Amino acid sequence: MYTQAFDIVVAGETSPVADDGDVQTAFLARIARDEKIEPQDAMPEAYRKTLIRQISQHAHSEVVGMLPEGGWITRAPSLKRKEILLAKVQDEGGHGLYLYSAAETLGVTRESLVEALHAGKAKYSSIFNYPTETWADIGTIGWLVDGAAIMNQVPLCRCSYGPYARAMIRICKEESFHQRQGFDIVRSLCEGTPAQKAMAQESINRWWWPTLMMFGPHDSDSTHTGEATDWGIKRISNDALRQKFVDVTVPQAAFLGLTLPDSAIMWNAERGHYDFGKIDWDEFWRVVKGDGPCNAARVSDRVAAFDEGRWVREAAAAHAAKSALSKASLKVAA
Amino acid sequence: MTTEAPEAVTPLFEVFVRSKQGLDHKHVGSLHASDAQHALTLARDVYTRRQEGVSIWVVPSNAITASDPALKSDNFDPMASKVYRHPTFYDIPDEIGHM
Ligand SMILES: [Fe+2]
Ligand SMILES: [Fe+2]
Repeated sequence: MYTQAFDIVVAGETSPVADDGDVQTAFLARIARDEKIEPQDAMPEAYRKTLIRQISQHAHSEVVGMLPEGGWITRAPSLKRKEILLAKVQDEGGHGLYLYSAAETLGVTRESLVEALHAGKAKYSSIFNYPTETWADIGTIGWLVDGAAIMNQVPLCRCSYGPYARAMIRICKEESFHQRQGFDIVRSLCEGTPAQKAMAQESINRWWWPTLMMFGPHDSDSTHTGEATDWGIKRISNDALRQKFVDVTVPQAAFLGLTLPDSAIMWNAERGHYDFGKIDWDEFWRVVKGDGPCNAARVSDRVAAFDEGRWVREAAAAHAAKSALSKASLKVAA
Repeated sequence: MTTEAPEAVTPLFEVFVRSKQGLDHKHVGSLHASDAQHALTLARDVYTRRQEGVSIWVVPSNAITASDPALKSDNFDPMASKVYRHPTFYDIPDEIGHM
């Protein structure tokens, strides 16, 4: 989803200094030949730093992304929906793991990345700072938010860094179930009572604009996209992906009989795309900078979960140490 | 906020999954776990949720010795000239048919 990282540099993070020319030239030539870069290969420091930022923000997004949905597992309207949502949320946890592992190949520890998230120093996708107020929101998240994520993630399967590309392939395989189960929830509501349909419409009204913001600032305002493109990390621009998302979603909403909350949406035959209205970028930056409806709650929930799990990690480590010890003494005795 | 002592680093394991009886185990990714047994349990939960495998190996990541990418051409390029190692190097008369 979660390529906002190209545009969102955390305060205090400086752009690394340019590397010596040799590494740089050989590296760009490899990228031009569409070769994958692997962990032990020589790479410019700036490429490594950009990837760490991008992949870790992506990982944090997967993990924090479990929170808005997790709260609805116990309140899902049927056993089937509970099972499905549980499986979906579990997938997101797995996505976080794949991505932290990919980031670790660049020489950082997962512990340090998690610490940065908990200290409020790392970012994650702005979308997860909005509340899930109704059951319809779970449908909308799957349909629109995971749908937007897929749009963003599919091109990343071809990104130049091998471990990131492989993690993305694995993730994309799992994502399409997420979008379909969300669409299925929204569709059930739309085919239900007028109150259920109204709940779906109200949910779309709240999520539509924040979903469009997930693709990040306009290309004209996106300062880091140039480098990310040159390095084969980002393959398609923010605006191109956003347009693609609008183009596929408008007919889906029409099928469901839902109205997207933007009166400017209109087919433009000349462009061969749907036109749409202006995004409130002030809101976007407010949420990115920490002032969204749920920013504080999301981080404190993550910290609480981590702290409450500490005894489990410590017990597992103690158990491992003890059984290693008894294995060693068995060997001595033998 | 967690500002106490830094978290202890949990060991890293590489995970290999055999997708079907009769096939090789293939590297699928890595994970952190307190020990090998724990790693197996987690690997099952993370990497085989959709019946991706029938068997799992876990190996401590630091037990793997890798070839040096800087020596890639020294290591592997010489084989390019040894085309006689491939069956297609040899001409078999049509009369002989399949060999
Ligand atoms: Fe995901
Ligand atoms: Fe997802």
